[in-house]
Amino acid sequence: MARAVSTPRKLAFTAIGWSIGLLIFFPILWTAITSFKTEGEAIASPPSFLFFHWTLENYAEVQSRSDYLKHFINSVVISFGSTGLGLLIAIPAAWAMAFSPTKRTKDVLMWMLSTKMMPPVGVLVPIYLLFRDTGLLDKLTGLVIVMTLINLPIMVWMLYTYFRDIPGEILEAARMDGATLAKEIVYVLTPMAIPGIASTVLLNVILSWNEAFWTLNLTAAGAAPLTAFIASYSSPEGLFWAKLSAASTLAVAPILVLGWFSQRQLVRGLTFGAVK
Amino acid sequence: MGRINLRQVSKSFGGVAVIPELDLDIGEGEFVVFVGPSGCGKSTLLRLIAGLEDMSGGTIKIDGEDVTSQPPAKRGLSMVFQSYALYPHMSVYGNIAFPLKMAGDDKATIDKKVQDAARILNLTDYLDRKPRQLSGGQRQRVAIGRAIVREPRAFLFDEPLSNLDAALRVAMRLEITELHHQLGTTMIYVTHDQTEAMTMADRIVVLNKGRIEQVGSPLDLYRKPANLFVAGFIGSPKMNLVSGAEAAKLGAATVGVRPEHMAVSRESGLWQGTIGIAEHLGSDTFLHVRTEGAGPMTARVSGEMGLTHGETVWLSPAPDKVHRFDQAGLSL
Repeated sequence: MARAVSTPRKLAFTAIGWSIGLLIFFPILWTAITSFKTEGEAIASPPSFLFFHWTLENYAEVQSRSDYLKHFINSVVISFGSTGLGLLIAIPAAWAMAFSPTKRTKDVLMWMLSTKMMPPVGVLVPIYLLFRDTGLLDKLTGLVIVMTLINLPIMVWMLYTYFRDIPGEILEAARMDGATLAKEIVYVLTPMAIPGIASTVLLNVILSWNEAFWTLNLTAAGAAPLTAFIASYSSPEGLFWAKLSAASTLAVAPILVLGWFSQRQLVRGLTFGAVK
Repeated sequence: MGRINLRQVSKSFGGVAVIPELDLDIGEGEFVVFVGPSGCGKSTLLRLIAGLEDMSGGTIKIDGEDVTSQPPAKRGLSMVFQSYALYPHMSVYGNIAFPLKMAGDDKATIDKKVQDAARILNLTDYLDRKPRQLSGGQRQRVAIGRAIVREPRAFLFDEPLSNLDAALRVAMRLEITELHHQLGTTMIYVTHDQTEAMTMADRIVVLNKGRIEQVGSPLDLYRKPANLFVAGFIGSPKMNLVSGAEAAKLGAATVGVRPEHMAVSRESGLWQGTIGIAEHLGSDTFLHVRTEGAGPMTARVSGEMGLTHGETVWLSPAPDKVHRFDQAGLSL
């Protein structure tokens, strides 16, 4: 039975909802606003919200001092490259575990997840040495490999949850209907799994895009993605708040746009299986 | 078309024999129902015939051809699943057309066959819809439509009505029986519901723990159950079974009397008892009686008898309707 909610209660809940939303969104908003200020206004106290001298000089400065496009392309290569490589491994893995599970399947899944429980810095030195000896330092290939391995457990888990929700009887029905394994995959399995694969791709692109620990530690100039681009504006000589904000805004903008257009898919992917 | 012969078919899952060796012959155009309690192996047996499970031993022949090692698609059988197993991303048309598409039929043939099937099953107005936009009964019809377009050698039904509500179940029961008359194709139907088995089958196969307890026409099983298991399973309400001294009086280790073959009297009879619950169905009355010596019993009387809770009655079995069983539970 639905509960009757009175109008004042509804208003209160709406207000609380908006406040929490704004609170969470505020840092991003503040970054964006700051990026349009001069350095002086950026550190002014008390800060001004809207009534300051709006300027684009930070963006011009950031672009002239460091090559945004190059970092952007590096970010795209790393995030999409690692997601693509990850899918090649994760789909068959999730498939096998979802459709022919053994009594060890749960343990394997748990083991994969357990690798996420260790702080990355714990393996920084060995990975760094491996990269140095194999010549992967500051190479896109190296970062794609690391990012794939980092996100693989999450990919397998997400896809596994998705595939497991595809009823086995439907696959059996396809088999009865005369479908060979190849046709079964093309006509039945893939169309049913596409939403799951899509949200896995999205989430992983976002995770790799924003990953800063490995990208900062394993790159110098050649393979540096946008995270390194932002970090270059926070230096020991002093912080340039306005330029840092401009760089941050430029770095998050593409992923924000991607996220905005795919939010329905993303939310569905993240809650799939949890809510029936 | 549609003769199915099973020889020494067996199935074990990890050392546990779900179906010990079993032989069964299904004739052309027959409607055979596998019935039994849950876990008796009836669905497994159907899946072995379908080819969805590998057999541990034995052979299956369809129309004389050994299909034991053939994949499901090559056996020429269609199956209707309990969950309907429709393809959620395809329209009703797409679902029904799928087997034809897999068989490589041309568009015109596919269209004709789909339209024909849709007409038979009253689905013509729904061909553009997705399965999720259909009711349970309509989904079931789509599943049946998908099965009939291929003109299979036999249909396999795996508890197809158990997800429907009671009224729809009765309606679909009639539709499937009618479809069988129309098509004349062999059908194997799995259910745990003995009413479905009794009303639909040409022949019933009663299964228990993977073994065939009895094979026969519905009335054969009702009139001459081979053993205690079949006696207790077929018929509703259940047959009254009495053992011990009371049974010995009638010359058997156990005697069985169906509730409808029990005469009820207020004055005299074989077993005296008190009415616990009287269920009034209008057309019938079920009396649950606690008797002295023979334990709890059920009697079914026609119409209203005006008997209620707490009254004393006498029950007597109709003399020619008493089933006698020996120590091993086999019919005498």
